[in-house]
Amino acid sequence: MSAYEPVVGLEVHVQLKTASKLFCACPLEFGQEPNLNTCPVCLGLPGVLPVLNGRAVELAMRAALALNCRISEFFKFDRKNYFYPDLPKAYQISQYDLPLALDGFLEIQTNGHSRRIGIERVHMEEDAGKLVHAEPGHGVPPGTSFVDYNRVGAPLIEIVSRPEIAGPAEAHAYLDALKQIVRYIGVSDCDMEKGSLRCDANVSLRPAGSGKLGVKAELKNLNSFKFVEKALEVEIDRQAGVLESGGRVVQETRGYDAAKNITYSQRSKEEAHDYRYFPEPDLPGFAVSMQDIERARAALPELPAVRRARFEASYGLPAYDAAVLTAESATADYFEAVVRTGADAKKASNFIMTELLRDLKSAGLAADRSPVRPEHLADLLQIVASGEISGKISKDVFPIMFQTGKPPKEVIREHGLSLISDASSLAAPIAEVLKENPKAIEDFKSGKQAAIGFLVGQVMKKTRGQADPGLVAQELRKKIGQA
Amino acid sequence: MIPTLTAAEMADRVRSGDLRAAEICEARLAHIREHDPAVRAFVTVMEPEALKAAEEVDLRRKSGVALSPLAGVPIALKDNLCTRGVETTCSSKILKGFIPPYDAAVVERLRAGGSPFLGKTNLDEFAMGSSTENSALFLTRNPHDPDRVPGGSSGGSACAVAADFAPLALGSDTGGSIRQPAAFCGVVGLKPTYGRVSRYGLIAFASSLDQIGPFARTARDAALLLDAIAGPDPRDSTCLPDPPPAFAQALDRPFEKIRVGLPKEYFGEGLTGPVTSALDRLKSELKDLGCELKDVSLPHTSCAIPVYYLIAPAEASSNLARYDGVQYGLRVETKDLIQQYFKTRSEGFGREVKRRIMLGTFALSSGYYDAYYLKALKVRRLIYEDFMKAFADVDVLLTPTTPTPAFRFGEKVADPLQMYLSDIFTISANLAGLPAISFPCGFDGALPIGAQLIGPALSEGRLLRIVHEYQKNSDWHLRRPRLARRDASRVGTAA
Repeated sequence: MSAYEPVVGLEVHVQLKTASKLFCACPLEFGQEPNLNTCPVCLGLPGVLPVLNGRAVELAMRAALALNCRISEFFKFDRKNYFYPDLPKAYQISQYDLPLALDGFLEIQTNGHSRRIGIERVHMEEDAGKLVHAEPGHGVPPGTSFVDYNRVGAPLIEIVSRPEIAGPAEAHAYLDALKQIVRYIGVSDCDMEKGSLRCDANVSLRPAGSGKLGVKAELKNLNSFKFVEKALEVEIDRQAGVLESGGRVVQETRGYDAAKNITYSQRSKEEAHDYRYFPEPDLPGFAVSMQDIERARAALPELPAVRRARFEASYGLPAYDAAVLTAESATADYFEAVVRTGADAKKASNFIMTELLRDLKSAGLAADRSPVRPEHLADLLQIVASGEISGKISKDVFPIMFQTGKPPKEVIREHGLSLISDASSLAAPIAEVLKENPKAIEDFKSGKQAAIGFLVGQVMKKTRGQADPGLVAQELRKKIGQA
Repeated sequence: MIPTLTAAEMADRVRSGDLRAAEICEARLAHIREHDPAVRAFVTVMEPEALKAAEEVDLRRKSGVALSPLAGVPIALKDNLCTRGVETTCSSKILKGFIPPYDAAVVERLRAGGSPFLGKTNLDEFAMGSSTENSALFLTRNPHDPDRVPGGSSGGSACAVAADFAPLALGSDTGGSIRQPAAFCGVVGLKPTYGRVSRYGLIAFASSLDQIGPFARTARDAALLLDAIAGPDPRDSTCLPDPPPAFAQALDRPFEKIRVGLPKEYFGEGLTGPVTSALDRLKSELKDLGCELKDVSLPHTSCAIPVYYLIAPAEASSNLARYDGVQYGLRVETKDLIQQYFKTRSEGFGREVKRRIMLGTFALSSGYYDAYYLKALKVRRLIYEDFMKAFADVDVLLTPTTPTPAFRFGEKVADPLQMYLSDIFTISANLAGLPAISFPCGFDGALPIGAQLIGPALSEGRLLRIVHEYQKNSDWHLRRPRLARRDASRVGTAA
């Protein structure tokens, strides 16, 4: 990998979170019975016409603005013509030469420094359906395929990066950053498993330092960010091998076989489709006003990078905390709701990063669905600060709050977890400890101050952590003095 | 048999109770049974549906419900308009058996207004043609001369009105497909402004040119039908938001002085003598009505046919790609998918449709797009600008609708270019999106001759007003064909 440097460009398809499809009113629900969410329009029956979903345009515009793109004053749709059974009209309504938005960038973090990757364009298009191949034994001849048109017409945006990504790791970082922003602004779930985010990668090699791009291969249908990274790694190795042995890379579409960890040729340039793009005559062009753009901009929340910086600056959080808390907008919102009640920022951050995020993760929930309400977590932190329970106990209280949704005071009362701060109720455990540890008493009396710590620990153990350690030490000293 | 009333008269009598809608409908159906075997205007006759709709109108009237203006007036529909539950074929083998689960917007409006649908009419396959000879189903004969074509592509609808099967019919016009058969069959045919009528449910040929419009015997009837179908539709993004004026009502306003432009490019070579003399007579009659005639020029007229035969096939190649045997219509079963596509489309489409799909596919192909399709779009703009310049000086343009009256079967089938030239005067209005109307203005022996008025966008009212004024002072539109009662198979068949 010495003499050559890789150049990567990514094409990411993101499904917009609208209630209905891009050109008809059919609902978009994942996991429905096949062909339930269809109508004459998305089935492409003879005579039907598309009507653009305005909400999809708003969301697409919001994404384009978050990616620092310039929204076109005028955009139109085009037909991309090809035959396939999952494409009922035999053309996809997409955008060709006048897309929604152009010329943006995405800030990514790699190896601790940040870098800008150019975004060439963001355009809207409709999704295709899905082929389902019959399994043997379903009463249909082998080789039979079915088509599920539920997804057909789902609104997508395609985000095309410039060929400026320096390699597999940076590609992964780009995808992480893109997914974070798109989720942040509420435009898409970006769930690769449900197909709401899909990625193709273009990769070529060029002599290190050269300004010219080499011949590229397009890698299709990469099912996870990890596969994008791995597929790029093996493809870069493959191309380097070709070049180093004096060969030429040919332009083609390649698939990635994750099991064998290889890429393989799918379609050469000669076999590439001629899509015969032309302006969609059923949809007039759309003029975008400044008000449209301002409305989309107003709907943009604070973006992750800005929020991260603000968390560091105004809450005095370490960079690590700020990054974790702002990774998802729901988490950041949660944190700010806790702090708004007067909780200490760092203590809130610690608790959220360890306890809350752990329980949320195992429950498969985002922070906005947390059973523990932010004000309850703030109460819990306040109870610890007042010394009513120890920090250790709070970690027992929290999971119960998480399970039951109850406020901390109620949990503490019901489970008898409040701090034993009544000296009289400590008498018995202290007496027991003193009886069991004559050696430690001797040590303490002979001047070993550390011995008191050991004895406190023993009492805490007996009270299962519910005692106030300060009070225990004070009482121990009293008792040993008396002895 | 009920004497042949106009649609307006039928509607009045249904409303007043002088006639039952069911009687009217019965009479038309009987007339169809008797004479359509010779004409063959209908692909499907919807007898039970039509009678049921008519009876419902009668019930509504009895129960005192206010009737819409065309309630009870039977109508024929071109078979490229989707009708819920009734086979819609586009006169193509590939759509044989296709039963739409929905109504076209125009069908829905007419149904709601109480129009009994007499049936679906024959057309050139997918509306591609000028004689209805391209129907994959059968030939339709001109009621004025069974040896001649009715024109096309809306040949069946034009015949339905000409033969008094229906007082009204709907057609679609992409390059003249309403006006040219209207001229050949001696009836009124109007192509509205692009976007005036919703295309939702019209099976697309060339989306940027297609427009649905009325056939009728009189301007008033055409206006009534246009009133019923025009207006915004949220399901068609190209449909104009402008609420349409009341066209029929406006016909009774005083006739104002109109400046009529005569584009010199439309009166040159190729016109037959009888067409020239009919138009000359019409000019002087219009002058007598107070119109001012002016010579104008539309310099890019000669580009219209080449531009049209790039744009329309390009759009068609894409619009017709969905007929792949996967979801509906004809499917030729084969072992693999590609073969299924090839076989289904090879067997399902006729020659002319295939010719246009190939033309359009070629025009859009990478490396040719700029030279053909893009160039055509630019010239289309120039054609539009010609009209805009002309309309700075005149209110409407008068032209012949066709260079000749109806031609004989087979006369132009062998030479597609000759066939294409029969639309030479009608295509420009589609390219410019303008409204245009054809109306009878004379005869060449038994054969009707049509004149065309083209107006600026949204000027349908003006066009109808002029034709109405002319019809008050002439009777060409009342000349009915003498219908033969014979089987169509007796007459020679065309390719």
